[in-house]
Amino acid sequence: MEDPMAAIRETFFQECDEQLAELETGLIAMENGTAETETVNAVFRAVHSMKGGAGIFALDALVRFAHVFETALDKVRSGTLAATPAVLGVFLRAADVLADLVHAARENTSVDNARTATMVAEFDKINNDCETPSPAPAKTAPAAGSGLFEAALEEQNSAWEISFTPRAELYAKANETAIILRELRRLGEIDVRLDASCLPELSELDPEGAYLTWHIKLTSDCDEAAIRHVFEFVEDDCVLLITPPEPQGFVPGTVITGDNGFKFEFFPPPEDEEPAPEPEAAVPPPPREAPAAAKNPAVEVMAAKAESAAAVSATIRVDLDRVDRMIDLVGELVINEAMLSQRVLEAGIARASGVAMALEELEHLTREIQDSVMAIRAQPVRSVFQRMPRLVREVAAQTHKQVRLVTEGEGTEVDKTVIERIADPLTHMIRNAIDHGLESTERRIEIGKPAEGTVKLIALHRSGRIVLEVSDDGAGINRARVREKAVENGVIAADAQLSDDEIDNLIFLPGFSTAAKVSDISGRGVGMDVVRQSVAALGGRISITSRPGLGSTFTLSLPLTLAVLDGMVVSAHGHTLIIPLSAIVETLKPRAQDVFPLDHEINVLALRGGYVPMVDIANSLCYSESFIEPEQSVALLVEGEGGVRAVLLVDAIHGQRQVVIKSLEANYRAVPGIGAATVMGDGRVALILDVDAMVRNARSDAGRGAELAVTEAV
Amino acid sequence: MSATIQADPANQAGNRELIAFRVGRQEFCINVMMVREIRGWTAATRLPRSPRYVRGVINLRGAVLPIVDLAIRLGLPASEPTARNVIIVVQIGQQQVGLLVDAVSDILTASNASIQPSPDVTSELVKTFVKGLLPVDGRMISLISLDNALPRELEAA
Amino acid sequence: MSTTVLTVDDSRAMRDMLRHSLAAAGFRVIQAEDGLHGLEMLESERPDVIVTDINMPRMDGFGFIEAVRRDDQRKAVPVLVLTTEVDVEKKNRARAAGATGWIVKPFDPVKLIEAIRRVSA
Repeated sequence: MEDPMAAIRETFFQECDEQLAELETGLIAMENGTAETETVNAVFRAVHSMKGGAGIFALDALVRFAHVFETALDKVRSGTLAATPAVLGVFLRAADVLADLVHAARENTSVDNARTATMVAEFDKINNDCETPSPAPAKTAPAAGSGLFEAALEEQNSAWEISFTPRAELYAKANETAIILRELRRLGEIDVRLDASCLPELSELDPEGAYLTWHIKLTSDCDEAAIRHVFEFVEDDCVLLITPPEPQGFVPGTVITGDNGFKFEFFPPPEDEEPAPEPEAAVPPPPREAPAAAKNPAVEVMAAKAESAAAVSATIRVDLDRVDRMIDLVGELVINEAMLSQRVLEAGIARASGVAMALEELEHLTREIQDSVMAIRAQPVRSVFQRMPRLVREVAAQTHKQVRLVTEGEGTEVDKTVIERIADPLTHMIRNAIDHGLESTERRIEIGKPAEGTVKLIALHRSGRIVLEVSDDGAGINRARVREKAVENGVIAADAQLSDDEIDNLIFLPGFSTAAKVSDISGRGVGMDVVRQSVAALGGRISITSRPGLGSTFTLSLPLTLAVLDGMVVSAHGHTLIIPLSAIVETLKPRAQDVFPLDHEINVLALRGGYVPMVDIANSLCYSESFIEPEQSVALLVEGEGGVRAVLLVDAIHGQRQVVIKSLEANYRAVPGIGAATVMGDGRVALILDVDAMVRNARSDAGRGAELAVTEAV
Repeated sequence: MSATIQADPANQAGNRELIAFRVGRQEFCINVMMVREIRGWTAATRLPRSPRYVRGVINLRGAVLPIVDLAIRLGLPASEPTARNVIIVVQIGQQQVGLLVDAVSDILTASNASIQPSPDVTSELVKTFVKGLLPVDGRMISLISLDNALPRELEAA
Repeated sequence: MSTTVLTVDDSRAMRDMLRHSLAAAGFRVIQAEDGLHGLEMLESERPDVIVTDINMPRMDGFGFIEAVRRDDQRKAVPVLVLTTEVDVEKKNRARAAGATGWIVKPFDPVKLIEAIRRVSA
């Protein structure tokens, strides 16, 4: 059984992550001047809510800092503090500190106290600069309250005299005299006398008015605090006289403070005799039939506001496990539907028959269900983009560069599984862009560029994939240096002929760092080769284009979902394989006169004036020792990562189909040349080809020597 | 099945329930707690560049299940599987694996004391897999560990 | 029948905490995420006590309490305000809006439950 408190704690931290993201987005909107009134409120609420939650778990450092932060934000909200760029700068840094405090609280680690203290000092400065005296936080010293009451009578056993005259407000606030009397009875014996002398004539009686006074004799050894406690909520909505058995000093103000800063208090007595408004009595109740919104103008206004603000109300929160389960089931449904289709086909039922047509209908429906289910998991990349401004600030500070981050396409949607896994590569690409891409501020000024470098992060959909671009307006790749380094490391031959593009993409090879010295930023990170590997593991590609003096652009392309794939079903030496449709450029029927041997194993195909290496799939996957005759085969021109092409040779093509991607790693391990698996209509497993690996393999076999050799398992 | 089955499978004092199966002419056993299900042989899809003892993968209710031919894995004479072969689906850590065996022969309860160490003369393969020997009614059953049933990650290959 | 408590709070952690504490004390707990949601719930639910936060999106605690007090069918429901606010001005506003009582977070479950018992019939 899970500890409920641990679960709540986990929820709290999850919520903190969301609130930190909201905080940052809001502050940035304020900085850019795109904030609305609600933005300021949302920012305040984010910090406020974190403070409240932190209180539950006694995360004192977090509570304290959030309180200071919240106080300053409240001033901005109420207009006593102007949100100048300087103030917002403090807020943004405070948001980072707050994030660190949250992280430290979650991991139970310590934080940089000096940094927090500096931040608090900055807040003090802001608060002092703002003229309006801030209302004191009014924290009652915890022990004082309780001690006060314990000092009251202890051994009295004679009767307290209590006179209690409720005002109409008491009833209007849903308090009840009966309950109060019930509570008093718990303290001891009571003798109640009702004084109805103020009751008016029936004709003048306001049904919601208050006319009665209770005189209560309470025989109890309790202290006055206990009695006042009973009247706690109603004290200022009534006239209350408590006469102790022995006359003694009246205790003004009633505050009960418990452990943990708990505070439970009466409303302070009204300052004057100003008559309380009694709208209820004056306004006749509106007809019950009217819908609530129409009946209640306030609600109506609020509802209208809410609608214009955001479609918050139209969302529900669902446990991800349930969605995943549904996706699994739909996947099974797709397979079963395919199996059924195949059986019907095998049974020789005519295409025009009712069964076949109904089946077609079912296929469409299944497809639609699948799309709809997948759409549930689709999420905008915003959540990941939101983490980047902080990263940019940090890296900019570390490298002493001025950087502006421009983002576009935050609303681009992609499957949740993909979202979770793009943060790391993006982080690395941005870090790289600032650290290696942008020149130093001095250098930029020297060559006439704006002192502030720009890093642009863009998300967009392109041909069924999501494309993420990170570009900088820095120096571009120093090709001479990269080349030199590649030769130095033995990655390429000294006389290798490489295009500019090929040189640029050398940075993805293992152990490559182009910075003249290993900087702190890249030193603690991983190489671009690792980034490329992790991207490739997701079925993605990464490439770079660069223009000397103008900057570089990293392009990361990923499938929209990791769960389904449109594929071409092919066979090679009796084995059924799936080739991702997104990789296929065209299908060809090679003619013998277009095939040229490059060496004893590799053939190239002459294609529109160029030569493309050919890969015999069956041989390449060790299904067959021999080679297929190119003219006997069906050829597929495919394009791998970075636009590199190859021709794949198979026995036959059996059509297209959408397949549910099944991991091989879940129960086995990665298989070179194979991206994943799927279950076909006959219930058997078919393998999905890793086109990038095939293309890479072909290229490296073709004597290029620069690319990774596929690791052969023993 | 054996008369030594107990009503309560929860181990009393070092007793464990084992499932015994035949591979060729030998008998092996594993802890019954590892077994998820037992099913008939279905044709597996071959995996390229995999060790010979990995027969391929099959579809187990939507999951891709690798099949390890125990005969080949244990260095015994291999034969093509037929419909009479059996796949024992076992849980090894986070993964599920199908073990191709000839037949399930017994379920038995053995105390830790009754398990004898394997003699020190054995081959590398035996050392890797056989964790003890169990004499049952004049038969010898080898208790095997499946920790190394699957090939390791690619990096180590 | 057990006492039904409607809690209105935009923080999931706080909602979970309230549910956990109140359910353990034998209350039936229904929950809303903000004032507007709270009013929606009141269309179909008749809680014995309402516990509400102040700072919430869409409709804050003040608006919520006012709306409850203006609703003829619901105005007799006790409303306890649960918030981190220590600001006197806000407290008075909640009071003016018709709050029955006030509890400053971080709350002590025992005291919270006691407070609820004391305002529920």
